[in-house]
Amino acid sequence: MSVDALLSVRGIGVRFGDVEVLSGVDLDIRPGEIHGLIGENGAGKSTLGKVLGGYYRATSGKITVGGQLQSSWDTPTALANGVAIMHQELQLVPALTVAQNVFLGLEENVNGILRGTEAARLETLMEQSGLRLDPNARTSSLTIAEQQKIEILRALARKSRVIVMDEPTASLSKSEIDQLHRIMRSLRDEGRSVIYVTHFLNDILEVTDRITVLRNGEKVHTRDTAGETRETLVSAMLGGEKMDTLYPPKSRDHGEVVLSVRDLISPNGTQVDRLEIRGGEIVGLAGLVGAGRSEIARAIIGADPSTGSVEVAGKVLTRRSIAEATEAGIVMVPEDRRGQGLVMSLPVRANISLPHLRALSSGGVMAKVRERALALGLINQLDVRPAIVDGDVSNYSGGNQQKVLIGKWLAGDPRVLILDEPSRGVDVGARETIHREIGRLASQGVAILVISSEIEEVLGLATRVFLVDRGRLVDEIDPDRVSEAEVLAALFNHQGMGDAAE
Amino acid sequence: MTRAKTLHFLQNYAVLILIALLVVALTLLSDSFLTGRNLLNILNQNAPLAIMAAAMTLVIIVGGFDLSVGAIFAMGSVTSAWLAVNVDPYLGLLLAPFVGLALGYANGLAITVLRVHSFLATIATALIFKGIAVAVSDGRLISARIDDFTWLGRGKFLGVFNSVWVMVLFALVLTFLLTRTTFGRRVFAVGGNEEAAILSGIRTNRIKIAAFAIAGFAAGLASIITTSRVALGQATAGDGMELQAIAAVILGGTSIYGGQGAVWRSLAGVFLLALVNNGFNILGIDPFFRDLTMGLIILAAVGISALGQRR
Repeated sequence: MSVDALLSVRGIGVRFGDVEVLSGVDLDIRPGEIHGLIGENGAGKSTLGKVLGGYYRATSGKITVGGQLQSSWDTPTALANGVAIMHQELQLVPALTVAQNVFLGLEENVNGILRGTEAARLETLMEQSGLRLDPNARTSSLTIAEQQKIEILRALARKSRVIVMDEPTASLSKSEIDQLHRIMRSLRDEGRSVIYVTHFLNDILEVTDRITVLRNGEKVHTRDTAGETRETLVSAMLGGEKMDTLYPPKSRDHGEVVLSVRDLISPNGTQVDRLEIRGGEIVGLAGLVGAGRSEIARAIIGADPSTGSVEVAGKVLTRRSIAEATEAGIVMVPEDRRGQGLVMSLPVRANISLPHLRALSSGGVMAKVRERALALGLINQLDVRPAIVDGDVSNYSGGNQQKVLIGKWLAGDPRVLILDEPSRGVDVGARETIHREIGRLASQGVAILVISSEIEEVLGLATRVFLVDRGRLVDEIDPDRVSEAEVLAALFNHQGMGDAAE
Repeated sequence: MTRAKTLHFLQNYAVLILIALLVVALTLLSDSFLTGRNLLNILNQNAPLAIMAAAMTLVIIVGGFDLSVGAIFAMGSVTSAWLAVNVDPYLGLLLAPFVGLALGYANGLAITVLRVHSFLATIATALIFKGIAVAVSDGRLISARIDDFTWLGRGKFLGVFNSVWVMVLFALVLTFLLTRTTFGRRVFAVGGNEEAAILSGIRTNRIKIAAFAIAGFAAGLASIITTSRVALGQATAGDGMELQAIAAVILGGTSIYGGQGAVWRSLAGVFLLALVNNGFNILGIDPFFRDLTMGLIILAAVGISALGQRR
């Protein structure tokens, strides 16, 4: 089978820091096929797509193109070998025209002076492929679907034989998705191959020839699409065995309503009619990637503009700013540790004390002894390693950075704690520590909202779970009575219903 | 690990090592270098720049640049001399730093309210401040040969020039502010990761405004020292000092990307450049090579520290 493969990989492994994202993946892409890559959130499908396109470097494994083993594999090499990648975030120059973007780096020139033939060349290319766009339109004035066509034309202009599409339908309408599928089929009929990374099961069943399922960074199997159904795919994605993680015991003994949200609407799609969390209660939000879970959290805390009312312990927040929310006792552990959570240029101690500077100072002067004592206490409580008060947090592992980030909020006296992906990219030990601390906080009467793309984590932690689809809370479930597979099936169902409504 | 540690040490203290090397070299090459008189002169001459660089450290740590401190210096020079001549010498000395504070505050507002990058905003405000300085002085020199005015720049206290005392005191206050207070911690946090600071409930705009106000105050303070020393107020005073101050801060090892740095580093940066200058003078080398040498030194120092910042 690997003899006639256009692109094949063996034993591909990828590590980010100390976390293994992919391991031992074998895959063959045949000429003229549409090959689907699916898996649960975090299963590694997107990572594999990026490795194939040369965007991520594999930590181990071999890549063979047309029978030739590649010694190094990056985006330029991939392009030279006829493998192009279309990113989720499109990589186009907004100020250039369509034609200029398509032929970026391939411009015809005489001694470096442009001949300006891009528009004419694009006409020929569009003639061949059947994709139509105005060659002289400015890229920034086009819709996402049109910009994707530019990316595809760009791949064709480079005579690519394999095109990796990473979640291409995330921001497309139903008719645009159909159009993209038609384009994929015509590419296939010309003998090119498309690698289609997506979490939309209907799409993948409709258009692909073969499907590879990934789970926890490993390949489950590759099979012909003809024999697959939604049910077989979901069960392959989840696997038979249940991961054995211990979650803290759930308390059913809740206090008064601490957080109350009404008619929260934000421009990026959040629409929450009613959400209440009692003291000591852990509420979970589960949804597929892009369902708008983090956006709900950002709207509650005031990081994004929104309308509607947010009350903390009966007090209405009027200014809806982050500073006001923090003062009222709502804190958020953001999903992006490096970007939004930690200040990498400051030591562990200073990161922990950052939200509590007023309490740790007198007359504006830092109380160093108290600050160190606080940091040391939390380092021990959360088992941060290395346990150095002034440790350089930028050199810590993901799990220990996450512990510092959570410790930062344990120090104060939060009333509402929002955790967005509390254990993403974290090893098993750190994960348990983090879960234990979440449980301990709840037992102290804190109202907690947990957001995670790992359904199992939400079910394990929360006493009530809401399913999120397109920024809305579409369903409330009892996590102890519903299995992960049922939740996943329900999420895909809601997604399908949304599609049909459009 | 020892090699990595050595490299780290070199990067951390590059500016001090360079100063030490220069001091040794100049001592060997000339008898007139290592004299109390010469060293005191170097300190005295560079005190105003050192004061500005010390405050510029805060602006750069918070993630900004202030290209208007030269113009604020000019405003300080003109207003202090004008007040000294027309109203009262002491009022001139007292008021100029606060004029600087107000202008720096205006910079901060322009940056945070209009959401313009500080680089652009302060290019614009520099032109505005300079224009006002020219208008106030009517384009002329304002002579202020009054003893009650010139004592600050010319006098000594305990055998050391007043300017040096002011510089040391100011640098100590800023160091305390930066390393021991909540304000200082917030400055580092805003420059290191503004998003994280916002999510920690810090009002980042206030911190930025304060940093720019302090830079303005420092420019005003520096200007009264120089103005009282030369007994002249002029709208061209301070030309180019903003770039010298920024160069000194970076030379000292404060990160140009914000979030890291120290006041003492900027003083060291100022005096490294001052020593090079002094060396050229006492050794009688063609000044043609001076800018060339300074440029190479800055490039080398910045290059060394950049080696360590590949995260």
